[in-house]
Amino acid sequence: MWMTEIPPFVAFFIGALILLFTRGMLRSAIMLAIPIISALHLMMMPEGIHLQFTFLDYQLTPYRVDKLSIMFGYVFHIAALIGIIYSLHLRDTMQQVSAMLYAGSALGAVFAGDLLTLFIFWELLAFTSVFLIWARRTERSYHAGMRYLIIQVLSGVILLAGALFYAAEHGNLEFGYIGLDSMAGWLIFIAFGIKCAFPIAHNWLTDAYPEATVTGTVFLSAFTTKVAVYALARAYPGTELLVYIGAAMTCFPIFFAVIENDLRRVLAYSLINQVGFMVVGIGIGTALAINGAVSHAFNDVIFKGLLFMSMGAVLHMTGKINGSDLGGLYKTMPKTTILCIVGAASISAFPLFSGFVSKSMVMSAALEEGYDWIWLMLLFASAGVFHHAGIKIPYFAFFAHDSGIRANDPPNNMLLAMGISAALCIAIGIYPQALYSLLPYDTGYNPYDATHVLAQTQLLFFSALAFVWLNLKGFYPPELRSTNLDFDWLYRRAVPSVLQPMFSAIWRLDRGLRDVFKLRLYTYLRYFSGRNDRLSLLLSQNYPSGSMAMWVAVVLAMYLFLSFIQ
Amino acid sequence: MKNEKQYLFDDPKNIKRLLNIFYLCCAVLVVLDFVIHRHIGHDWENLWAFYPIYGFVGCVVLVVIASWMRTFLMRAEDYYDKPTSTDIGNKKGDEHVDD
Repeated sequence: MWMTEIPPFVAFFIGALILLFTRGMLRSAIMLAIPIISALHLMMMPEGIHLQFTFLDYQLTPYRVDKLSIMFGYVFHIAALIGIIYSLHLRDTMQQVSAMLYAGSALGAVFAGDLLTLFIFWELLAFTSVFLIWARRTERSYHAGMRYLIIQVLSGVILLAGALFYAAEHGNLEFGYIGLDSMAGWLIFIAFGIKCAFPIAHNWLTDAYPEATVTGTVFLSAFTTKVAVYALARAYPGTELLVYIGAAMTCFPIFFAVIENDLRRVLAYSLINQVGFMVVGIGIGTALAINGAVSHAFNDVIFKGLLFMSMGAVLHMTGKINGSDLGGLYKTMPKTTILCIVGAASISAFPLFSGFVSKSMVMSAALEEGYDWIWLMLLFASAGVFHHAGIKIPYFAFFAHDSGIRANDPPNNMLLAMGISAALCIAIGIYPQALYSLLPYDTGYNPYDATHVLAQTQLLFFSALAFVWLNLKGFYPPELRSTNLDFDWLYRRAVPSVLQPMFSAIWRLDRGLRDVFKLRLYTYLRYFSGRNDRLSLLLSQNYPSGSMAMWVAVVLAMYLFLSFIQ
Repeated sequence: MKNEKQYLFDDPKNIKRLLNIFYLCCAVLVVLDFVIHRHIGHDWENLWAFYPIYGFVGCVVLVVIASWMRTFLMRAEDYYDKPTSTDIGNKKGDEHVDD
């Protein structure tokens, strides 16, 4: 059937084109229809390679469906649909078209079966998503978007270099297990790592996501990092280095999240923390760990989306997002409050919510494989994520001191989108078998045994107790209007402040040297011309025009003469 | 604002009630440790109330370290928006000029 040949990204790209020429209800209907039709089509796809052709001696595979890619395919469709519903009230062609292209690029990347196709969608992810940041139309968002774009494109260029090395080493471009034992492996690893927000390459995320539009951040949080997680799971499962990188990713962002004031930036830090769990799972590489990583990516798209949506709703309705400006919103935004708490419970991995059924797999796998210290770090990170995402976000936005803001709940389309996400969080938490049946491996894992439930509940309740105690004692760091320095200080402050004076000095020196040289040259010319002042010769300043006319006549006579010779 | 509607947590009694329920839950969870038989994946899990203590201490340490980080990481909100000192002092000739 010809329909099966069409990869999902095509539907989204054509949809984006149609959006340009439609308005109002028709545009909304098309935007809603595309992810639904595309998802139904995807559900009918059997596993295997559906599209393949040869290009410059290399076999390209733009459409490959297997257990791993289809899992991400499904969740990207869900995320696109939820994001579109959430942004139905918008009248902004730029955002709507770029969101559609962005979702399509993410789908293109996960179904790519070769490195060249992957590279193309890798770059498209950057170019389409940056408009969601610029659409905020502020000076800050413009600069943040620029930094985002530069780093994302850099990741793409490194990926291309890696792909070329890979082609030279293997003679093909197949995107499968790569491993770290070659130059190509390392380059591609670094490219994936940048998009995955590895430590010290993570600031593009915390810098750009909070500067994007209310609806843009919801899309951003779903796709880019999860594509990177997918790519790592495909190319580097069982790479031990990833265990340590992932463990670092789970731990360090929570410190920044605790002192951050912009609540969407808190969520951005917490996004890195959650991706850390997935990276650890991929690094451990056993069936259980990979299942844990993939299912956690699936759940994270939904609950992190829900949290970003609830904070987006707060920003949309109040125009404020700093913890220091908010508080007491539960009074007039009760629905948003409840939906936010569902998201918070899910990310904190409370039993009966979605985070619990996936995160516990990674933790169990870490213990089984003897990564004791890593397990302790993950446990600390679990307590920490509850602390900053589970309590801090809802507490400072909706409770805490009364800010006096009396904003209403957001428009119905926003509530509906959040409602769908919340329903999925709870449904997956209560009936995880539905999610497990989609996973790449069958491990027969059951998260709901007494040990896990009790341990996790104890951990979370006593983390909450710590919060309550610190708050009552007044030890909890207050929300302050501030910027916290992170690694991006290096390229936003340190390097420019070193390079600027350095180049300044170089240009000054260069100018000085050239001035000296020009002065010398001028002096010499003056000297020679002065000496030859009275001569009607070549190096004379007063060289008479008569002799020039004579020489022109000589040259012309030569031409005439030469033309007769033949 | 005197006529404003009273909301759930405007009444300190309600907060007190909520906290008391919460403390009770914490106590029950610790007691459950003795009732429910757990299969152990790690030796530390045998320690008395390992998870509650780890969660509590972990979070206190987290907050203490994070507060300490503020002492050297915190800057004004518009830190990156302000021009650097080198921007201001730029004199003529500091930029590249073609002849």
